Amino acid sequence: MSDSTALRDLPAYEAARGEADHPHSAVVRFGADTPLQLDAGGVLTPFQIAYQTYGTLNAARSNAILLCHALSGDQHAANVHPVTGKPGWWETLVGPGKPIDTERFFVIASNVLGGCLGTTGPSSTNPATGQPYGLDLPVVTIRDMVRAQAMLIDHLGIEKLLAVVGGSMGGMQVLQWAASYPERVFAAMPIATAARHSAQNIAFHEVGRQAVMADPEWRGGRYLQEGTSPRRGLSVARMAAHITYMSDSSLHRKFGRRLQDRDGHTFSFDADFQVESYLRHQGEAFVDRFDANSYLYVTRAMDYFDLAADYGGVLANAFKGSKTRFCLVSFTSDWLFTTADSRAIVHALNASGAQVSFAEIESDKGHDSFLLDEPEFSAITRGFIDAAARAVGAL
Amino acid sequence: MAPRDLTMSEAARVAGARVDLLLIAEMVRPGSRVLDVGSGDGELLELLATTRGCDARGIELSREGVNAGVARGLPIIQGDADVDLADYPDNSFDYVILSQTIQATRRPKWVLEQMLRVGTHAIVSFPNFGFWRMRLDLLLNGRMPSTENLPYSWHDTPNIHFCTIRDFVALVEEVGAQIDRAAALNGYGHPVRFNLPWAVWNLLGEQAVFLLSRKG
Repeated sequence: MSDSTALRDLPAYEAARGEADHPHSAVVRFGADTPLQLDAGGVLTPFQIAYQTYGTLNAARSNAILLCHALSGDQHAANVHPVTGKPGWWETLVGPGKPIDTERFFVIASNVLGGCLGTTGPSSTNPATGQPYGLDLPVVTIRDMVRAQAMLIDHLGIEKLLAVVGGSMGGMQVLQWAASYPERVFAAMPIATAARHSAQNIAFHEVGRQAVMADPEWRGGRYLQEGTSPRRGLSVARMAAHITYMSDSSLHRKFGRRLQDRDGHTFSFDADFQVESYLRHQGEAFVDRFDANSYLYVTRAMDYFDLAADYGGVLANAFKGSKTRFCLVSFTSDWLFTTADSRAIVHALNASGAQVSFAEIESDKGHDSFLLDEPEFSAITRGFIDAAARAVGAL
Repeated sequence: MAPRDLTMSEAARVAGARVDLLLIAEMVRPGSRVLDVGSGDGELLELLATTRGCDARGIELSREGVNAGVARGLPIIQGDADVDLADYPDNSFDYVILSQTIQATRRPKWVLEQMLRVGTHAIVSFPNFGFWRMRLDLLLNGRMPSTENLPYSWHDTPNIHFCTIRDFVALVEEVGAQIDRAAALNGYGHPVRFNLPWAVWNLLGEQAVFLLSRKG
């Protein structure tokens, strides 16, 4: 284990590693009496869910909002991140007086199954061996993630959620919630998402996974036991993915062809361009807070997502008779989860007779728009959530 | 059938709303399911929800209109009447409303047929191009009329399919629908008061509202 000394010199990495079993979050542990059924077959037991809550649950238990995070997100939606020290990923939208107002609503955010910030995932300790699961963890699906979240919501004593809200992979979870537990979701807000992962998106994920697995430090997924870390591979995966979260015009505006701290081309493969330097930084920063195997598991869960396939190939059947009210949002420059993807969901909801709002927001910031300060998006979120709260008398 | 005057008792209680929207709201049975096609920023949806207790939903083409309405908590989707009505199942609404929009559709006849398929009833309001002031304007000036309600110039307007009340009545016959109620508003925005033949309405009505249903 000669590499292990170098690895342990990285405090951020160690902090992230520590979050897997003992997170800086509330944790609920589900024992042998409450196993989690998995789509891959069999059960996961025991397992744990790490979560954050903001605000107070009212006496009628009618003001709970569940936030579902995206691929690289976690439960730290509206608090300082314990590993990076940065603000929560959705502080634009969630907090006191914000559209998802923590002074009025009880907001819950949990780390997804397969994640690496305290909910059971490949970097968690397998109680059967005392070693990290690595690839011994069964492959999980979006539906498994949602099934686990429903157990958390049970544990919190909440019968019906006022709203389930999430973007990208979080939006997939919102759709799955509405399909699996229609009677438990009053309002659903799937943002910048799709009812199935497209071939192009699966292709991008495959590039990322191959980058991780091609790193010799990955060691067949046993890098934690062997004291290595596939930093290069995961970093490249993140760099490739990050490009898909932005738009051509936002990259151009941010960087253009500007050079990084130099007057001319170096005629080498250094990061001459600012955009290269930026991507390298994005890759490096990601590796410090994210587990490489988790990246494989969570991207796989997205790839397998095809909601209509579970309902005889007809998406409308997933929402048949649904009393849930929906609000879908897409962004004009998002080429990863396009307006057409959202519109397909709207068509299915119309066909099933569900109540649905749909707004496309003008933004040139690409898929990441849902994480950024977009005033129109904020206004729509506030309007939709407030109307739902009024309808159930939770305001 | 002969056109009939409407009572405005319900309408009078709601201050501030446009008279044509009040007329429409009065035609809608309380508590019914309504689809407003071309819902703008949701003024009619809000009126129907608050005064008639309707489950009222909208389709709107303009992003600004949709986003303003959704931000007010109204169920509106961005969509195009000329295309998206096809996605709705038969009889999924009690009323499908097209308010001041039919003249802006590419396929008015198709839209009307779809409305009568999706809804048990259709309500259509439109500016009457047979209104005497329009006729006079064209006669005296020889230019395409432009009024306070229709301020666009002929070459830069969303309104590509203007019609008169008599044209619309003919279209209703063509699609095999029946007229259950009708009302006209004069140039002052007041309902035309008396039972009169279509030809007279066609002169005096600046706007018209029709409640239709499938025949038989």
